[in-house]
Amino acid sequence: MSDLLFFNGLRTLALLQIFVFLTILIFLFYFSRQALAEFGWGFFFNSKWSPNQQQFGALAFVYGTLVTSAIALLISVPISIGSALFLTEIGPAWLRKPVQILIELLAAIPSVVYGLWAIFELAPFVRSSIQGPLAAATSFVPFFQGPPSGIGLFTAGLVLAIMITPTITSLTVEIFKSVPRLFHEGALALGATTWEAIRIAVVSPSASGILSAVVLGLGRAMGETMAVTMIIGNRADISAHLFSPAATMSSVIANEYAEADAGLHLSSLTAVGLTLLLVSLVVNSISRLIVWRYRSFLKGVTK
Amino acid sequence: MSLKSAPKLSRYFENQMLLTSLIGLMALLLSIRVFAATVALTGAGSTFVEPVMTKWISEYQKKDASVSVNYQGIGSGGGIRQLSAGTVDFGASDAPMTADEEKGAQKPVVHIPTVLGAVVVSYNLKLEKPLKLDGTTVADIFSGKITVWNDARIQKLNAGVKLPETAITVATRSDGSGTTAVFSDYLAKVSKDWVGKAGKTVDWFHGSVGAKGNAGVAGLIKQSEGTVGYVELVYAAENKLPFATLLNKHGDLVEASTKSVSLAAGGKVVELMTKNDFKLSITNSDAAGAYPISSFSWLLIYDGMAKEKGQPLLDMVKWALTDSAQDMASSMNYAPLPKALREKVLARLSKVKVN
Repeated sequence: MSDLLFFNGLRTLALLQIFVFLTILIFLFYFSRQALAEFGWGFFFNSKWSPNQQQFGALAFVYGTLVTSAIALLISVPISIGSALFLTEIGPAWLRKPVQILIELLAAIPSVVYGLWAIFELAPFVRSSIQGPLAAATSFVPFFQGPPSGIGLFTAGLVLAIMITPTITSLTVEIFKSVPRLFHEGALALGATTWEAIRIAVVSPSASGILSAVVLGLGRAMGETMAVTMIIGNRADISAHLFSPAATMSSVIANEYAEADAGLHLSSLTAVGLTLLLVSLVVNSISRLIVWRYRSFLKGVTK
Repeated sequence: MSLKSAPKLSRYFENQMLLTSLIGLMALLLSIRVFAATVALTGAGSTFVEPVMTKWISEYQKKDASVSVNYQGIGSGGGIRQLSAGTVDFGASDAPMTADEEKGAQKPVVHIPTVLGAVVVSYNLKLEKPLKLDGTTVADIFSGKITVWNDARIQKLNAGVKLPETAITVATRSDGSGTTAVFSDYLAKVSKDWVGKAGKTVDWFHGSVGAKGNAGVAGLIKQSEGTVGYVELVYAAENKLPFATLLNKHGDLVEASTKSVSLAAGGKVVELMTKNDFKLSITNSDAAGAYPISSFSWLLIYDGMAKEKGQPLLDMVKWALTDSAQDMASSMNYAPLPKALREKVLARLSKVKVN
C-alpha cells in the first residue's frame, strides 16, 4: 500500500515538472501571438525596439545576451577549470577546504547585490583601468572602443563571469574527483611531468563532464536578469563596440514589463521571453550534439 | 508511530491532541474572518508619490480603522494599466492618461491632483557653484549633441566656473516612467527636436545609458564623474545629489524647491485645471520664479464605483486634500496643492458617483 503511494507520488511529482514546462510554453506562445502575427518572422531579425512608435524586434536583445554570455564564458571557463585543478590536484591540502567554502559563498551572493557592487565598484574600475588603456592601445580596432562610462557589454560580461565561476568550479571539482587516481598515478609512472599527467589523466577524461558544467554555467549566464539590468545600460542597439551599452532579453523584460501597455508592447515582451527560451533550447541542443558527436573523442570514465 | 498500531491509552491522548488542535485552528480562522470585515482598498502607480502615499495611508488608517489600504509603486504606466484592468481600486500617475488609455478603462476615470513635484537635472561634477543651464542646452545634452562639459554653450551660461574637459555620460530611465513623461514634456516645449517625442518612454540616443527607477539613475550618476541624469526632486534632496539651476521662461534662474514648484502652479493654473478636467501640464511655466520642470501628480479613480469600496475611497481622497494631509506632504519635500485648487477639486469629488 505504501509502496504504491510512494511510486505514484514520485511519478506525479515528475510529471508535474513536465506539466509546468508545457504550461509555460503554452503561456508564452499564447500571449505573444499578437506580436508574432503583427511582425511575423521579422520579429526575430529586426533590431528596432521602440514602444513609442510601436515597432518591436528582438535581434538587439539576442545579440546582447549572446555577447555577454560569450564574454562571461571566455573569462570564466579558464578561471573555473584552473580553480578546480587547484582545489583537487595542485593546491596544498590545508588550503582546499577554505577556498572551496569561499567559492561556494560567491554563489550564494544575491544577484542584486552583484549588480549594486558592479555599478559602484566594477564600472569605475573597468572605465579607468581596462577600457582606457585598451582603447588607447588598440585605437585602430573599433571593437575595443565605446563610450567611457564603464557601463556596457563588457562590464556585464565580467559580472556574469564572476557569477557563473562558482557553479562551473564546483561541478568541475566533482568531476575531477571522480576520475580514478589510477590514471594519474599511471601517467606519472610513465614519466609524465606534473602538467602532462594532469592534462592526460585528469582533464582529458573529464572533458564531456566539463562541457556539461560549462553549459550549466552558460544557462545561468543567459538567464541572469537583475545584475545585468543594472550594469548593461539598457539600450536596444547592436553596436560593434565592446564597451557600449546594450540590452539582453532578460533585462528588457525586467525593465519594461511592469509599465508596458497591454497590447502590442506586452505581447512583444512575451515574445522576447519566448525567444529567450528558444535560444536556450538551441544552445543546450548544440552542446548535447557536441557531446554526442564527439563521444569517442571525449570519452571518459565520467559521462 | 501510527494511530492504528499504538496501544489504546496513548492513542486516546493522541486523538485528543488532534481534536484540540483542530478546534484551535478553526477558532483562529474564524477570528481572522471576523477581523477581515474591514474594507481593503488597493492602489498602484507612480513611485514618485510612493513615500507620501505610505505616510498618508498609515495616518488615515489610524483615523479610520475600518479601512485597510495597500499601495504599490510600480510606475505610472503600471498604475494606469492595473486600474484599467480593474485589478486595483485606484491608480496614481505623474502624467495624465492619454485618450487611448481612457478608452481602455472600464469606467470613466477622474483625475484628482494630490501634490506637486519637480524633476531635476542632476550631475556628478566637482564645481564651486551649482551648474546653470537653460532649456535648449538641457535638450541638446540629452540628445547627445553636446558631448563634453566644457562645451562653449555650457561655459557661456556658467561664466567664472572652470568646467572640466570630461565627456558627458547621459543617464536616463530605461523603464516607463512618469518622471520621463514630465521631463520629455518639458524638452518638447523648449526644443524643436523634441516635439512629438515626449512620453513615458523615450527613444534615447545611442551612447546614453539607462537604469531602472529613480534609484538606478541616481546610482549611475553617483558612480562616475561627468554623468548627468534626471531624477525627482524629492529623491535628489533625500540623497543629497547636486542639481542644476535652470533658466525659466520668464528669464529667471530658478533652483528647484517646494517654493519654486508651487509658483509654477500659481496664477491662471487653477482656472485652467478646472476647465480641463484637472489635467494640465505646468512645465515651462512663464510665472516669475517658477521652476520649469514642475508637474502635478494625480490619483486616478473611477466615476461610478460600487458603494462598498467607493465611499471609503472617496473619503480617503477627500482627507488627502485637507490641510493636515497636505502639510504632511510638504514636510516630506513635496509641494502642496494651492488652496484655491483644493476647493475646486473637492467640488469635483462631490460630483463623483458611487452606486
